[in-house]
Amino acid sequence: MNTPGRHKRKKPLPSPGEWSFELIDAYHVEIDRVAREFKLDTYPIQVELITSEQMMDAYSSVGMPVNYHHWSFGKSFLQTEKGYRRGQMGLAYEIVINSNPCIAYLMEENTMTMQALVIAHAAYGHNSFFKGNYLFRQWTNADAIVDYLIFARNYLTECEERHGEEEVELLLDSCHALMNVGVDRYKRPAKLSLTKELTRQRERAEYLQSQVNDLWRTLPTQLAKAPTVEHRRFPSEPQENLLYFIEKNAPLLEPWQREVVRIVRKVSQYFFPQRQTQVMNEGWATFWHYTLINTLYDEGLLSDTFMMEFLHSHTNVVYQPGYNEPWYQGLNPYALGFAMWQDIRRICEHPTDEDRHWFPDIAGSNWQETFDFAMRNFKDESFIAQFLSPKVMRDFRLFAILDDDKDAKLKISAIHDETGYRRVREILSDNYNLGSREPNLQVWNVDLRGDRSLTLRHQAYLRRPLAGDTEEVLKHVARLWGFAARLEVAHEDGSIECLYECRQDRRKHDKP
Amino acid sequence: MVRIIDRRFDSRNKSTVNRQRFMRRFKHQIREAVADAISGRSIKDLDNGESVSIPGKDLSEPRFRHGRSGIWETVFTGNDQFSTGDQVNRPQGGAGGGSGKGKASKDGEGEDDFVFNLSREEFLDVFFDDLALPNLVKTQLARIQEYKSQRAGFTNDGTPANINVVRSLRGALGRRLALASPYQGRLRDLQRQLEELLETRPDDDPEVVRLKDEIGVLRAKIDAIPFIDTFDLRYNNRIKVPKPTTQAVMFCIMDVSGSMDEEKKSIAKRFFMLLYLFLTRTYEHIDIVFIRHHTVAKEVNEEDFFHSRESGGTVVSSALELMKEILHSRYANGAWNIYGAQASDGDNWDNDSPHCREMLAQTILPFVQYFAYIEITRGEQQNLWREYEKLLGAHTNFAMQHIENLPDIYPVFRELFKKKLA
Repeated sequence: MNTPGRHKRKKPLPSPGEWSFELIDAYHVEIDRVAREFKLDTYPIQVELITSEQMMDAYSSVGMPVNYHHWSFGKSFLQTEKGYRRGQMGLAYEIVINSNPCIAYLMEENTMTMQALVIAHAAYGHNSFFKGNYLFRQWTNADAIVDYLIFARNYLTECEERHGEEEVELLLDSCHALMNVGVDRYKRPAKLSLTKELTRQRERAEYLQSQVNDLWRTLPTQLAKAPTVEHRRFPSEPQENLLYFIEKNAPLLEPWQREVVRIVRKVSQYFFPQRQTQVMNEGWATFWHYTLINTLYDEGLLSDTFMMEFLHSHTNVVYQPGYNEPWYQGLNPYALGFAMWQDIRRICEHPTDEDRHWFPDIAGSNWQETFDFAMRNFKDESFIAQFLSPKVMRDFRLFAILDDDKDAKLKISAIHDETGYRRVREILSDNYNLGSREPNLQVWNVDLRGDRSLTLRHQAYLRRPLAGDTEEVLKHVARLWGFAARLEVAHEDGSIECLYECRQDRRKHDKP
Repeated sequence: MVRIIDRRFDSRNKSTVNRQRFMRRFKHQIREAVADAISGRSIKDLDNGESVSIPGKDLSEPRFRHGRSGIWETVFTGNDQFSTGDQVNRPQGGAGGGSGKGKASKDGEGEDDFVFNLSREEFLDVFFDDLALPNLVKTQLARIQEYKSQRAGFTNDGTPANINVVRSLRGALGRRLALASPYQGRLRDLQRQLEELLETRPDDDPEVVRLKDEIGVLRAKIDAIPFIDTFDLRYNNRIKVPKPTTQAVMFCIMDVSGSMDEEKKSIAKRFFMLLYLFLTRTYEHIDIVFIRHHTVAKEVNEEDFFHSRESGGTVVSSALELMKEILHSRYANGAWNIYGAQASDGDNWDNDSPHCREMLAQTILPFVQYFAYIEITRGEQQNLWREYEKLLGAHTNFAMQHIENLPDIYPVFRELFKKKLA
């Protein structure tokens, strides 16, 4: 594989500290050219220059250019603001939106070097990942997201005007509490489209309201028949998407409330892939800013001053402290991801015997094709299970600790040695598995014939309990459901235990 | 291919709404935090914003998540000493090893306090929330003595200086069009007839001459419509509206006798500062008169008021006497809202206290909006308090409170100025 642009010395681009629109354009032209030579496939790019305050705005509304209003975004704005004032945030000040065209924000305060770095990182790295990775292709619709958020904000504003801010806020609180159990994990959601959403919204609301009567229909209208029939379970299968279940089945929600539940669910679903591809995505973007900028430097387009500043930032981004250093905060996804992608390239280009043994498929293969395959078809969990090499484990000096609360001491279960590689890799992969990181909760049963209470079941895994604020969440469930909500835990030995019960009869509080 | 958009001048403060909602939701906690802050720090910075911290658990957003016990197996970096099978003690405090569930979650404030900054306005809003100056509305209504003139549309008469040219000419134009329109219609008819006639007949045909004459008459009539008439004139209208009195004077009276130690003075000082801030939010212009006294009273500047040391016995009436004099000499014209605040340890020369009560009741209270007395003592109230107590029923604009410690200041202040339902 001939790497593009080697050994061609060109006249360097100017590299003043201050950026200008002309310069951004000039740098972008070069970055774009090199990225095309590397065959990066991206959405069209829209670069937007914003102030730090606007960046904080975007940051606090989960990184989106528009979003509905909620106090929790105000809270995160205050947090972000504080962090920024104290200078704690660093390069994190780059936001890219998985939309078509892909919107990348550049902050006014950045130097020209940083702008170039962010363009390479966000507008080419993340952008191509959004366009290629199967999770994003399957779960998000880049064409429609911005329109959908505009629809959502307008709809919620309308709801606030009609039903009062407080009412909407309480509803959103409850929905937010269930956000991480409000995603489909295995089913393709319907595509979003602003026009369709708008035209179908009313229709759907009416239809839903009529469907809800399902609950009432099961009341014994024909007493003669009922006793002999075995009661149908509802839901017939346990369901994992709480918000979806509530949206479709909660008996007492108003149509507008169902729509709000739906909006929160859709937004949550949109971010679902991001939560599962942190290491891959950040590593991919870091790899590409590093590779693109270095290629430009090799061509002679970049000055040494530019490179020094660039390398300084890059090193900060991929810094990984050890477990016993005070600023250790777990594995840095930038560092791990960058190392892994670099390593895959190395395995392809310069494989060792160890690599040939561990990765017979990719050792010595075309690195760009391997990259494309890996980027498209994996998420963090499977990416690590598939591609984490002994070399990276040695470089990071990875080791695993087993913490069993029944044992007095912690146990080192595996380290970066011949006997431990597979085990470490397995554990690290599991650390990134959302399925084991987050509790497994399902809608278990609705007591159709009794008090209409909703029962959730937590499938315990490795004796991990639910956190202390679980009861609070259950209150939110009960508020949405309108009747009592119960939470059971199914222990691994098969025993069932009722953890909390939250009684609620919404009909009493219903306003006329 | 690339689109570069400059959004720097687009809508700013997109998060303002969210921020306000946050403030509204946690009003209660924020108010508590503000009250704490006030008792703990120097009054001088009060006017700045405030960094407020509220308990993290109050504003956590609950989610279904794992607790910390059970079995966790986690990968760490930077192995420097361990081999497989090693056993290590659980670290205290959890940092580093332990049952780490990977990175702390994004919102992982845990039980830590949530700290953020309030702007000056937000801070003062919270601080003086629900407080009101007593009797303010009543006095405004009772004493409308200043007026300001403001625009109020247009009128048909007025002085030439107030003529509004545009309006007047607009009226004149309309009138001219309206008055001329019947003539104009007739004129057009006649002109058409004339043109038709002229095609067949000579210029001196009697019919032609008649038409020409008639046209001439019509033209003259149109020209006779006046370009502008007195009828058209419009004048800018200005009316006088009552201007609420927006100036106030505050008398700060502090006892600096020997029995007032530094701590008591600092309490008094904080109280006065609060009062000052509160008044600045209500009035555009505020005069402050500082009077301090031991056996004799003296008007001083702010610096001396708070800092210089004095000692000696106490004759409170001297200060009241001075206040009365200043009141009558400088603030007697009725344009002032007058407030008085007196701080003392209540330790007065025995025979003087009844005298003080009388003076207050007769020469001061009738003129002031509000007079507040705070007594700063540990334990039993002193003789001045007991005398003043007799005033309470008869004078609604008099209030008194007792302060023992620094933390009492804010509650007492709120008590004195809390909004009273009409």
